[in-house]
Amino acid sequence: MKFRALAPSLIAAALTVSSYAQAGLAYISNEKDDTLSVLDLNTWQVIDTIDVGERPRGIILSKDGSKLYICASDSDTVQVMDLATRKIIANLPSGADPEQFSLHPDDRKLYISNEDDALVTVVDTQTHEVLAQIEVGVEPEGMAVSPDGKWAVNTSETTNMLHWIDTETHELVDNTLVDQRPRHVEFREDGQLLWASSEIGGTVSVVDVPSRQIIKKLNFEIKGIHPDKIQPVGVKLSADGKYAFVALGPANHVAVVDTKSYEVVDYLLVGRRVWHMEFTPDNQYLLTTNGISGDVSVINVADLKVERSIKVGRYPWGVVTTP
Amino acid sequence: MNIATYLHAFNGVVKREFWRFIQQRSRFLSALVRPLLWLVVFAAGFRAALGVAIIPPYQTYITYETYIAPGLCCMILLFNGMQSSLSMVYDREMGSMKVLLMSPISRAWLLISKLVAIALISLLQVYAFIGIAWVAGVEPPVLGLLAVLPALLLVAVMLGAIGLFLSARIKQLENFAGVMNFVIFPMFFLSSALYPLWKMRESSEWLYWICQYNPFTHAVELVRFALYLELNGQALAITAGATALFTVLAVISFNPEKSVRAAPVRK
Repeated sequence: MKFRALAPSLIAAALTVSSYAQAGLAYISNEKDDTLSVLDLNTWQVIDTIDVGERPRGIILSKDGSKLYICASDSDTVQVMDLATRKIIANLPSGADPEQFSLHPDDRKLYISNEDDALVTVVDTQTHEVLAQIEVGVEPEGMAVSPDGKWAVNTSETTNMLHWIDTETHELVDNTLVDQRPRHVEFREDGQLLWASSEIGGTVSVVDVPSRQIIKKLNFEIKGIHPDKIQPVGVKLSADGKYAFVALGPANHVAVVDTKSYEVVDYLLVGRRVWHMEFTPDNQYLLTTNGISGDVSVINVADLKVERSIKVGRYPWGVVTTP
Repeated sequence: MNIATYLHAFNGVVKREFWRFIQQRSRFLSALVRPLLWLVVFAAGFRAALGVAIIPPYQTYITYETYIAPGLCCMILLFNGMQSSLSMVYDREMGSMKVLLMSPISRAWLLISKLVAIALISLLQVYAFIGIAWVAGVEPPVLGLLAVLPALLLVAVMLGAIGLFLSARIKQLENFAGVMNFVIFPMFFLSSALYPLWKMRESSEWLYWICQYNPFTHAVELVRFALYLELNGQALAITAGATALFTVLAVISFNPEKSVRAAPVRK
């Protein structure tokens, strides 16, 4: 019993040590530069800048971490990069203006929002075929597939809904109305809860997945900052399940939410117009992309302090990390 | 005279300054209220909740409160240095300094002892301020609190020496209002204490250069960098140089035989 209780922390400690010894990397998409910045997670230096398609926004790793999928929005394609060579090896038929996407746990099906066409396109990453196109609300944006692979959830910015897509049938099954301009959705690790941010509404809705009902709505307030500037976009849940981090866009802060009490524990000052976030592989740090100031802020997750901000390209948008 | 005698004298001066500090608790509090007002009221009014751009030694965006905290530490030293120096000039004619100066120990040693004693007392106030600022959300690295100690001491001695030199030399600075208007305010505002110098340069090139020649700017930067565990070599060189220069000038100027003031007549 005791060993069982200890085992996860021992494994975590071992992982921390081993990943610290490795040179972890972060890839950041720079929307205005049409590039990716490669950031060394040990030295915190940008070690490479790679040219990619036009207006790269959402980026995501294949399950084994060998390939990087890049939404090249203005090139109307999802590019596939081999991370060993840092070369584009394929362009997937993503539909027009892909912005955000999510990879199914099967490592094959990619669910892509087509912002201009009110569609979600499902692409097989191995055969490069379009498996389905599902009509959703106006201006689809956020995209997430549940950990069990059953649900693909899309947010539409103008219809203000979460669209629940059954991944077996590729049918739109249900909608959940949320506050204005939903931007991003994030499943809890066990798949029971879904966090959805509403940019204009200024709220984050926590949705119970089995019933698809909102069980909690979070508001944010920062002293000295006008409420209009508080625009939640990116959401990340810490691996230990303790905190949710919410990027508040032009408020230049990341809200730290206690996932038990749903209280905001702290607001952390980062760069200008904070957009999306990702944890380092050891879960020690959270990286934020700050669009207007063109940098990435590094948050120490244990003490909830912003340690540094590092210049990358113009308008950094998405970020992923590899061990 | 041997070293022991000098140390004895130094000890005596420090002890006396310490007892005076204990007895003047209201002065301690008032010295704290001033920078706290700046931190809590002025900084809040500045509304920099969206962050101040990154400049060394900071590695990320900071609040305005965090930016001005080192400048406010130096403000405590500035006020204390000037206030104490002015009172030393008066003391020369009628107070304890007169008695002290009669001792066979060299005037230079006594003055330096006095400057250091005042500096040590000021440090207590600075640390009290840093403690309260911490509660208000200004959290430099913990080791920085130790690293900043020598920087603060050097700055305190420099400001005390400048004050002593000016008040001994310039007759017009006969009261604290004069010192405040002609020394403290220009030194404080024409420095990097309240705003980064690049910002100053955006509005006026010559104001920027005045700030660059103000030793207080370099004192603030020395403290700012030390507080974040970095050494600013240029700031250290200029602050140390200014300390040496003004200490020599102060000792030369502080000659009881060449008093520029007449002792007030008491009836």
